[in-house]
Amino acid sequence: MKLKGWKDVIPGAVCTEAGSALKFKTGSWRASRPKWIEDNCIQCLFCWIYCPDMAVNVKDGKMTGFNYDYCKGCGICALECPGKKGNKAIVMEEEGK
Amino acid sequence: MARVVAVTGNEAVAEALRQVNPDVSSAYPITPATDIMQRFTGFVSNGKVKTEMILVESEHSAMSGCIGASAAGGRVMTATSSQGLALMWEELFIASGTRLPIVMALVNRALSAPLNIHGDHSDGMGARDCGWIQLWSENAQDAYDNTIQAFRIAEHMDLRLPAMVCLDGFIISHSIERIEYIEDDKVKNFVGEFKNLNPLLDLEHPVSYGPLILPDYYMEYRKAHAEVMSKVAGVVLDVAKDFEKISGRKYGLFETYRLDDAEIGLVILNSAAGTSKDVIDAFREKGIKAGLLKPRLYRPFPYEEVGNALKHLKAVCVLDRADAFGASYGPLFMDIASSLYTCKEKPVLINKIYGLGGRDYLPEHAGLVLDELAGIAKTGKVKTFKEYIGVRE
Repeated sequence: MKLKGWKDVIPGAVCTEAGSALKFKTGSWRASRPKWIEDNCIQCLFCWIYCPDMAVNVKDGKMTGFNYDYCKGCGICALECPGKKGNKAIVMEEEGK
Repeated sequence: MARVVAVTGNEAVAEALRQVNPDVSSAYPITPATDIMQRFTGFVSNGKVKTEMILVESEHSAMSGCIGASAAGGRVMTATSSQGLALMWEELFIASGTRLPIVMALVNRALSAPLNIHGDHSDGMGARDCGWIQLWSENAQDAYDNTIQAFRIAEHMDLRLPAMVCLDGFIISHSIERIEYIEDDKVKNFVGEFKNLNPLLDLEHPVSYGPLILPDYYMEYRKAHAEVMSKVAGVVLDVAKDFEKISGRKYGLFETYRLDDAEIGLVILNSAAGTSKDVIDAFREKGIKAGLLKPRLYRPFPYEEVGNALKHLKAVCVLDRADAFGASYGPLFMDIASSLYTCKEKPVLINKIYGLGGRDYLPEHAGLVLDELAGIAKTGKVKTFKEYIGVRE
């Protein structure tokens, strides 16, 4: 992407394009990644609600996995996940192991 | 017909704000600015304005509230002094960097410590490079007129910059003067309907404010800000022309007083300029060619125009009501010296620090300085380039 010059930037650094965060992939910041264990998932979608970004993929009302382009590895999904009978459907794993 | 009234500087600013009738104000009291917002909240309570008044817990929050309301899409104003402005420090840069046309009355007061509530320019000078427009006012009439004009300047579509209107604490804010109020409808028409630019509350066009800008773009935004500052002087002059039509009063980037044929001159801000003009008249009567320059648009500073207005003089004293510790000279002196830097012929410049913490600036002080300048003009010899005046040894 060609970078804009000072004459072309929007005054006040206002973002006038809705959803433009899509263009800015932040997954490389991650130090640990969420792993989805489908067998333990009750499809409560707490992970989707709590995710501060848009790293939880949902199709037809169901969790289908993670979008690692945007997941920064905060672990909120894993913390909130109620799992099934005490077994978490999301666990955090260290990156690069 | 204009109304002739006897009011304090604060009362005059509050009246201007009533006439402008901003959408939102967010403020916190601090001496000597308190009186402005106290009067204005009275207007709110009595239904004289439709302003949404937000009473917050600190000046940090006051400016934050103004930023939010301005980004949301409202005409916004506030007022503060001294420590209050200091507590707004980070917000000042956010308001200007986000290009939000907030108008703020700054009733100039000394900074603590030692604690002092009186007139002094240390607060405004500390914030001179924060990207805001600064208009300085000699008296209550200036403060009233500048407040009204500040909305037009700040909100101009070519600028969209916050603006501070500075007036001297107590000397102007709390002293009663004769001034003229413009009719309500003329002020209303003059400032016009507030025009929005990318308001947060426009749900059809969603926007985000305050993104993280990394090294790949930060400099471009700063360069754009520097560039927009260069357009301010032109807008200030255009607005002044329109203002003259409704008020009969002329405003420029600065005021010159008996300067055209002067050999010696004073450069001085705000209320002390009035005292100085009387003394200049006395010196003229003695046959000494003395003049004065009083900056009005202090940020962005009109370097070229000021340099051209002063370059023909033989000796000039810049009087600062604030010191810049460790910078050798006072802040106004440094700007005047910069204005003359590129001129081939220029006057000898000296700097006096006066009136700190509300210390009186008396006609005798101006007289002593003018005598010294007359000596310098004659002999070319300077005793000292910078000194405090009106201070005990």
